[in-house]
Amino acid sequence: MTMKRRFHITLPLICFLTPVLLWLVLLIVLPHVDLLRMSLRAEDDYGNAIWSFSNYMAFFQEPIYWLTFVRTAVYSIMVTVMTFIVAMPVAFYITKVVAPRFQGFLMMLLLMPFWVSELVRVYGWMILLRESGVINHFLTRMGILNQPIEMLYNDVTMVMGLVYTSMLFMAVPLVSVLESLDDSLIEAACDLGANMGTIFFRIVIPHAMPGIVSGSIVVFMLTLGNYLTPNMIGGKNALWFTEQIYNQFIASFNWNQGSAFGFLLLVLSSLVIWAGLKLTRQKLSRVVQ
Amino acid sequence: MQTDLSVQCVSKTFGDFTAVDNVSFEVPQGEFFSILGPSGCGKTTLLRMIAGFTAPSRGKILIREEDMAGVPPNRRPANLIFQHLALFPMMTVAQNIAFGLQRRREKRSDIQQKITRILERVDLPGFEDKAIDQLSGGQKQRVAIARCLVLEPAVLLLDEPLGALDLKLREQMKVELKKLQAQVGTTFVYITHDQSEALVMSDHVAVMNQGHFEQVDTPQNLYHQPQTSFVSRFVGDNNAWSGVVKRCEAETVDIETPSGQHFRTRATAPLTPGTAVDLFLRPEAMIIQPAADLPNLNRFEVIVKSLLFDGANSRLLANPLNDDTELLIALPQNRQFDHIRRDDRIEVAWDEQSGICFASSE
Amino acid sequence: MIRSLPNSRRYLYSYKLYIGLYFAFLFAPLLVTCVLAFNDSQFPYLPWNGFTLEWFTADLPERVGLFHDRMNLESIWVSAQVAFFVTILSVTVGTCAAFLFEQEEFPFKSALYFLMLSPLVIPGVILGISILLFSNTLGMFFETHLGIDVPLFRPGFWLVVLGQFSFIATLVTLVVSARLRKFDRTLEEAALNLGANRFEVIWHITLKFLRPAIVGAAAVAFLMSFENFNTTLFLVSSDTTLPINLYLQVRDGSTPVINAISFLLIVGTSLAAAVNLYFSRKQD
Repeated sequence: MTMKRRFHITLPLICFLTPVLLWLVLLIVLPHVDLLRMSLRAEDDYGNAIWSFSNYMAFFQEPIYWLTFVRTAVYSIMVTVMTFIVAMPVAFYITKVVAPRFQGFLMMLLLMPFWVSELVRVYGWMILLRESGVINHFLTRMGILNQPIEMLYNDVTMVMGLVYTSMLFMAVPLVSVLESLDDSLIEAACDLGANMGTIFFRIVIPHAMPGIVSGSIVVFMLTLGNYLTPNMIGGKNALWFTEQIYNQFIASFNWNQGSAFGFLLLVLSSLVIWAGLKLTRQKLSRVVQ
Repeated sequence: MQTDLSVQCVSKTFGDFTAVDNVSFEVPQGEFFSILGPSGCGKTTLLRMIAGFTAPSRGKILIREEDMAGVPPNRRPANLIFQHLALFPMMTVAQNIAFGLQRRREKRSDIQQKITRILERVDLPGFEDKAIDQLSGGQKQRVAIARCLVLEPAVLLLDEPLGALDLKLREQMKVELKKLQAQVGTTFVYITHDQSEALVMSDHVAVMNQGHFEQVDTPQNLYHQPQTSFVSRFVGDNNAWSGVVKRCEAETVDIETPSGQHFRTRATAPLTPGTAVDLFLRPEAMIIQPAADLPNLNRFEVIVKSLLFDGANSRLLANPLNDDTELLIALPQNRQFDHIRRDDRIEVAWDEQSGICFASSE
Repeated sequence: MIRSLPNSRRYLYSYKLYIGLYFAFLFAPLLVTCVLAFNDSQFPYLPWNGFTLEWFTADLPERVGLFHDRMNLESIWVSAQVAFFVTILSVTVGTCAAFLFEQEEFPFKSALYFLMLSPLVIPGVILGISILLFSNTLGMFFETHLGIDVPLFRPGFWLVVLGQFSFIATLVTLVVSARLRKFDRTLEEAALNLGANRFEVIWHITLKFLRPAIVGAAAVAFLMSFENFNTTLFLVSSDTTLPINLYLQVRDGSTPVINAISFLLIVGTSLAAAVNLYFSRKQD
């Protein structure tokens, strides 16, 4: 490690700092400041632009808005938990149970669908599950169903689709954190008399915490901000909050209202992530490594 | 006296490879028993079978006269100190020690008491709330031992726990471990590839090679009365010559080396003339410039190749005349031999009783 | 429990069953999509009417295969161009950022680092609308105060590039930083000691060391950009990228041409992933 030097403005520093500052200020900071500004603008009765909280008021006064918001948040947390439950055994199997020579192959299999566009994956589910789809075809052929049923456009399918799209983002950090768990810790716990449950909750989970948190953050954020899956296979009557934002921007062309929604979604996502980090006593910079 | 551990004709094969080959031994209560062998000799496999992580292919393992077949590791009265200790980094010292007791559903107040007592015993009073990464190497060692001892196992298994320590601490821990074992009286089964660890600490040592035991004996006997050439080579330093038996009477044999030297020494078994043998001789068995009237010595001349000064462990490196066998000769630091220089020609000798020979394995 | 402990047969069998189901779940939609690209039917449904390549090659009135489908081909071309520029931009800026955060000292470094990480936790939709709003504000400003119309500030190709770049650069930064952290700084000191200046050192020593990470990050950046939907949705205008184009088609009803495109995407990305994996294995 080099010692901490005193700060000098050097040519390399300027060369590195300038593009990074341009990127972060022009594409991250200022756009979000503008988002906040727009959300606080409205038109008064005479059509003049004024500062106002009316966009936020509208959100709280219109049940359809805040109900969608709460629904999106609750479903996102649910999807995150379910993704963890589905992915954890897989990550554990690949790192700790399967013979080492199959590890690389299983890892490749696990990662492969991650490279394929989310749209293609959702489309795959659509042709599997729709009324005229592959699963209905087989079920009616085998006589289990008398006539095809529509399996798309309901909440169960939507949650399944969201879990499906996010699984990999949970599995990968879990695999990397479990790889660093020394097998002898598990053996030692077993030697000291622990059963499987105890080993899992006292040794594996505490060790895997950074991976669980980082996986959960990514999954939660991706689910909260997902537009494709709820839009294409979710219920037609129950909206996802990103669809509300889209409607305000593109359909109603009410950018101020849309900005308020966008800002609220941003606040929600930051809050939940912050709470998650606080509860598990992790640091963001450590979690993203 | 009760037998704490009895291993009966145990073998373990992985495919065509035999890791442990028909090993039997018994460890009486309260003994410090070591298994000494080079890496890959099967000692870790043997230990893992005793701990229950691996099932033997054949044979029986009994702990306190109870057959352990089918008993999973978490139900065995044997605990293992892992090579890298495997202390749980997510818990404090006290939580680590309490872990096994909680699994037995012991009362909280009892657990508290036991932790305090065992920490005093391993000389770490007041360390309950320390985190594992705050401890030094030696302290971690002692916490790992405390974590197992608090469960009062019939047998404590130790898998080279000193290997990761630096030299000085290792020397210190050897002594401490032996003292601790004497104090608590628990049966220890210790595996190592370091002969000094085994010799210093153990009551009995088994020397293991390629899956089988070569010799089970006290450290003194292993050193002075090795039963096989492997033990002679592996335990302590030894000079080795090859030779051919000329004459054999009871326990004494006459040997001729390829360069034509004649030695008289003892053998562990009768040897027929003409047999190729290996002759072993400790460096400290060599007498430099012996008095002319001493009887029963093998005398010969050597040329000093180099002086290896190492305090009390100083040696001479020398060749016999007309022979390029390298000999190590202990060089006592009593100033008597300060005159010896490189390339000097000196007389050395050894007592007929201090060498030992075996029929060579080839 | 783990491979070095004795496990009951029931445990291992039920575990294997679970893993089998997981992978079936993982691959079922992809496999079905691929298979139905070759079905001789007007719709991507069963029953199987026989194998055909017409959804790739045909140019008939009732059946236009992918290779003759102008709209889809154009959107692939647009996506490739966007991905190209996003890759160049994000690799350049991301590498700068990696050097900045790993090797330079300056005030408010940790605050800036935190800001750099923030695109990871901002939903893509929000990123899209924020950039849309801000560019619109800038465009209005330029028009009303300076009287110039800047096309860059309207939704379109370059805004899509900037929008995707804004978060892909963070991923590149993280990948390159991870490699840079493993770099032995004494190599740089040795080069400096031999008379090189800071930029020569970076060019000849450090960048050579970082090359595998940069190539890997570029591949990931290209794919992420090629497939991005959320951010692009708000910034796109008439020249649609492939995911947006597919979305519009799927929403209006599907034809096996979509399966054909999906098939090519799946095969293409799997090959790219395999090649990438092969090279990263070789590096280690």
